[in-house]
Amino acid sequence: MKIPQELRFAASHEWATEPADGIVTVGITDFAQDQLGDVVFVELPEVGRTLAAGEAAAVVESVKTASDINAPLAGEVVEVNGALLDAPEAINTDAYGEGWLFRLRVTDGDAWGGLLDADAYAAVAEEG
Amino acid sequence: MKQTPLHDEHVALNGRMVDFAGWRMPIQYPTGIPQEHLAVRQDAGVFDVSHMVQLRVLGPDATAFLSWATLNDPAKLRPGQGQYSMLQNDRGGLIDDLYVYRDVDESFLVVANAANVDAVLGHLQALVAAPTPGPFRVVVRDESDAWALLAVQGPSAAAKLDRLVDADLTSIRKNRLVDTTLSGMPVRLARTGYTGEDGFEIFCRPVDAAAVWRLLLEAEVTPCGLGARDTLRLEAGFPLFGHELDASSNPLCTPFAWVVKDKPAFGLEALRAGGCPRRLVGIVLEGRGIAREGYRVLDEAGAEIGRVTSGTVSPLTRTSIALAWVDAAHADEGARVAVEIRGQPVAATVTPPPFYRP
Repeated sequence: MKIPQELRFAASHEWATEPADGIVTVGITDFAQDQLGDVVFVELPEVGRTLAAGEAAAVVESVKTASDINAPLAGEVVEVNGALLDAPEAINTDAYGEGWLFRLRVTDGDAWGGLLDADAYAAVAEEG
Repeated sequence: MKQTPLHDEHVALNGRMVDFAGWRMPIQYPTGIPQEHLAVRQDAGVFDVSHMVQLRVLGPDATAFLSWATLNDPAKLRPGQGQYSMLQNDRGGLIDDLYVYRDVDESFLVVANAANVDAVLGHLQALVAAPTPGPFRVVVRDESDAWALLAVQGPSAAAKLDRLVDADLTSIRKNRLVDTTLSGMPVRLARTGYTGEDGFEIFCRPVDAAAVWRLLLEAEVTPCGLGARDTLRLEAGFPLFGHELDASSNPLCTPFAWVVKDKPAFGLEALRAGGCPRRLVGIVLEGRGIAREGYRVLDEAGAEIGRVTSGTVSPLTRTSIALAWVDAAHADEGARVAVEIRGQPVAATVTPPPFYRP
């Protein structure tokens, strides 16, 4: 199970990159994609939508189940990964790369530091 | 939780094991459900279905009994032939769906769903003893422990299996059952399946199951789990008991009404009297999303007209497909409906299954 050290995580299994010019990239973790199984459908938020931290922002559906994906931080959606609409399996094959879901202009640049670091998330994932 | 004779094989292949109808079964292998699905559509896959129930129905009245107890007509079967059938209650619904094989003259092998073993066995034994039109001179017994069952399915299934068995598979027609040997092990082959593809179900001794499984894998048959089995049967438009069919499902209102034959049968009057206020239909979504079990089906005005019983995205066509019970007024081919997905109606069209033909 891959947990990149440079990312921060929500307990609900999303990752976020460190803000660069106030923008973070969000996706789901390798652990989450493995639990879900083969992803066959993704529903992405609209660009321009404002999200609260923890608000349901996207839906990732595998063959067996649908899962809400929450915004790990508050902010405005500035970009979504439209390539996933035709190739949702990128979430399985490259959860931290081509499987990214959306980018947020975060409301509070310091909030990222309050998310789980890799070690803390590893403990969460271990509990399931 | 019960384990099939292939349990350790699944674990060795890193199969993801889940609880299913009282059994530990692989839902998928690391290959993944879509790839397993495609292997069956394009080449060959093998499923462990040893959890399925095998019943023996034996005795001088066996044909007469099964003719009364089931909806298809076992009198039409010659030795070595099988038929899809259903076990009906007397309230206009079903207890299970079945495969019925005539072994020899008055001895039948009945294959039922694992989840229903107690209901099926109890019902059949009660019908045997019922004073009218019985009692029948028949014994019904569970011989599931005597069999492991593997399903080999796909366009290459026959060719890959042919190299392993002593029988000439080209001579085995659909729904036939033959006894032969596979690498020296006694097996029974039935040309049936639950995927819409050509293929065979292999009944073998539990002690031989792992050897048969490994020979199939060596022949480059892809191991497949229950997940792919479900997407394949749905694409082929086959019902799964507990989803499409249950105690209140009238088979006369489904695409499988052909099963019900015109002969005296337990509960048949209730089925005929029930009519079809709703029908089981196929649905193809035009918009994006997955119509999952329990989702509401709506008419164009937004009123509820039914519920989805199974749905998925076809790994083959990427189309979003489903089966659903809907009001009869909206059940005709081409009817415009919608499926409510997370509060939003997604346009869909009633489309008779199968959603895929080989």
